[in-house]
Amino acid sequence: MKLDVSTKEIVQIRKETVLVMGIIRASKLAFEYIRRDEEGNVEGITRAVDDVDLDVQQGEFIAILGHNGSGKSTLAKHLNAILYPTEGTVLIDGKDTTEEKYLWDIRQTAGMVFQNPDNQIIGQIVEEDVGFGPENLGVPTKEIWERVEESLKAVGMYEYRKYSPNKLSGGQKQRVSIASVIAMHPKCIILDEPTAMLDPSGRKEVIRAVRALNNVEKMTVILITHYMEEVIHADKVLVMDQGKVVMQGTPREIFSNVERLRELRLDVPQITLLAHELKKAGMPLSSGILTREELVRELEHILPKKAQ
Amino acid sequence: MIRDITLGQYYQTDSVVHRLDPRTKLIATFAYLVSLFLGTNLYVYALAFIFLAVAVRSSRVPVKFIVRGMKAIAILMLVTVVINMFVIKGEPILTIGKLTVTREGVRTAAYMALRLTFLIMGSSIMTLTTTPNQLTDALESILKPLKIFKFPVHEISMMMSIALRFIPILIEETDKIMKAQLARGADFESGNVIKKAKSLVPVLVPLFISAFRRANDLALAMEARCYRGGEGRSKMKPLHYAKRDAAVYLYVCAYLVLIYVAGHDIPKFW
Repeated sequence: MKLDVSTKEIVQIRKETVLVMGIIRASKLAFEYIRRDEEGNVEGITRAVDDVDLDVQQGEFIAILGHNGSGKSTLAKHLNAILYPTEGTVLIDGKDTTEEKYLWDIRQTAGMVFQNPDNQIIGQIVEEDVGFGPENLGVPTKEIWERVEESLKAVGMYEYRKYSPNKLSGGQKQRVSIASVIAMHPKCIILDEPTAMLDPSGRKEVIRAVRALNNVEKMTVILITHYMEEVIHADKVLVMDQGKVVMQGTPREIFSNVERLRELRLDVPQITLLAHELKKAGMPLSSGILTREELVRELEHILPKKAQ
Repeated sequence: MIRDITLGQYYQTDSVVHRLDPRTKLIATFAYLVSLFLGTNLYVYALAFIFLAVAVRSSRVPVKFIVRGMKAIAILMLVTVVINMFVIKGEPILTIGKLTVTREGVRTAAYMALRLTFLIMGSSIMTLTTTPNQLTDALESILKPLKIFKFPVHEISMMMSIALRFIPILIEETDKIMKAQLARGADFESGNVIKKAKSLVPVLVPLFISAFRRANDLALAMEARCYRGGEGRSKMKPLHYAKRDAAVYLYVCAYLVLIYVAGHDIPKFW
């Protein structure tokens, strides 16, 4: 009898671990680039990703920060089975990315948006590009049209469905790319520096669309970027440097450590920087202020007292 | 300015011809082109003219739009006509110095000009009423039987549509690179043909490098979106034959029979 109960318990515990287990799990992930000279001799090995652990829950908004060459894009490419780990494992929805039979499942579960808006649009008309993914999955024609409509509406590009991609702005093209990925009904969407080639207004457009996806559709989002302003709405921020995760926490936690971020050659949002400098000059402000409203509120609190 | 170049010159309007299945248009055009070579007498050309006139009329594309496309081959046509007039031997009607224009020469030249005009107009009716996309779809569908011989039908049509998608992007890029090289003191205008061609090398090299980089990115993006060849793919815009396509096929068959008869039998009865 006693044995019976414990077996049941074990089953229960197992079920719970499966439920708790995140959509993306990387453990001890490492990736090495082998540099070769012209004759093909090994010149050296670059460890682009080094001992990274990652656990992302369904519905989370994760931002990965880092300057150029910090390994953040290499990490992203592991989540879509474009690159395979040299050491460690990556599990997407419980499936190991190195197993070939899961390859297409993984690519459907974790959709990827790339940096260059021109080089990832395949269709000659917006709606055809959005339909490309579902076509590859063998979705029936009628459902493709439903998916195209719903995903274009989700990023606010429905009225442009008949346009040629060449007639759209950079921000609009990236929104189409996002729609193309969500038309495949992924559980998670990975954006690899989607705003790096855009102007400020295009950047805002794209980030707004990404946030809406996360808030409204409860889509898991992994945003890779080096623009600080884009990460303040994330649930969790990871900072990478030389392949390692060097800081992680909420945006507030990360940005309260201005000095450390500067060491990592990362810019801090202007408002946070202003608050930091004011604090250093003796103002009693709390650390990790992210928005202008927050700073105004705190200053209103302090300034009348000083005036008196 | 350089961005205005469009391939295929699609003319946007709504007509019976526009609504036809692209496969029908492709096959009908092919049949028409073949028919032009089935015979050389007045009846054949009269029939071909009627067929073309009906197609132009029902496509609702302005005639001047189609004629504009003829300008490109005007010189070719002139050369053909002139050479034919002088070279073909027969009954002389006019002599200029050592050159003689013959009756047979004039007739052949006239037929040749008509044939070329019909060829170009016939095929431009197709490209004016069919988007490049529909054309690649039609081609893929028509060539499907060749798959038995391991002919990569799907891959070729995919390549064609990607090429079409990237033409404007690469044109824009060429423009940018040329401006960048001009800013560095490059000279594309002066010199003879060889010098001009050589001056294009600093434009072509970066263009090729960039094209390869784009191809690499695009391949990644396609794979990330689960592209794995034509197997198991569904179609967002599948091709469907309608009743009007059957009617057009019948019409084309009737036309071919008439052309054949006109090209062979009628002159004997006369």
